[in-house]
Amino acid sequence: MDNTVEYQKKPAPNPTETERTRNRKVYVPKVDIIETGDAMVMYADIPGADEKTVEVTMEKSVLTIRGTIAPHEFEGRSICYAEYDVGDYERSFTVSDEVDRNRIEAVVKNGVLKLLLHKIPKVEAKKITVRTE
Amino acid sequence: MEDSLRELQRMQGEMNRVFSGIGQSLNQEAPPLNAWVGEGDVIVAAELPGVDPGKVDISVVGDTLTISGSREAESLKEGGSYHRQERDFGRFSRTIQLPFHVEAGKVEAKYARGILKIAMPRAEADKPRKIAIKYE
Repeated sequence: MDNTVEYQKKPAPNPTETERTRNRKVYVPKVDIIETGDAMVMYADIPGADEKTVEVTMEKSVLTIRGTIAPHEFEGRSICYAEYDVGDYERSFTVSDEVDRNRIEAVVKNGVLKLLLHKIPKVEAKKITVRTE
Repeated sequence: MEDSLRELQRMQGEMNRVFSGIGQSLNQEAPPLNAWVGEGDVIVAAELPGVDPGKVDISVVGDTLTISGSREAESLKEGGSYHRQERDFGRFSRTIQLPFHVEAGKVEAKYARGILKIAMPRAEADKPRKIAIKYE
């Protein structure tokens, strides 16, 4: 059993893990997701990232947030105490069909990314009045 | 068989997400701090995303630094409901001891991209002095 050659294709883990080419730690940002009647609002804490270093992509039904963080360095000074480590941020979400993929708004302020995902308005059933001729 | 294995892996992934510390703060005092020390000053940085800098108090006494304030949650629109709630809000306060006494009047604090940086120059009276040895 142990020596048998594996000829069957191996299913990929879910979701497929991509390998990174950058040698940097990656953190999962904390998020709040709030659903309102006509939209979904997502807040992600990405301290250290701004509008130039954060990237939001929507591919098929997967929404991905990526933030690249440059570690802070101070010339002539050495780190003497550390409670947090600096690294990039990455997190993906599967978005339902309810969301209008072409109308996603993203704003970054004070290290918080706000995403506004508008919902596709429901098509209301139209009542047709029937008249007699 | 393969399918059930995948399902188990998916469940494991979900469990890892739940227990990875996201959504719960374990023994971690907020906000986390980093500090750098140089010849003439000490710099303390804190990760404080989404905070109004006007609501952060910084006080320096001798060789202790205290950062306190509050982080307020975004107001929830009427009829809104949370699907995920992982971010922490509320009051925070941290006090740390610095490696030397600092000049309280020359402390500079900057807030950008959710990171607070406080630069504190070393107090003149606390600077190491070179003592010349007299030859008798």
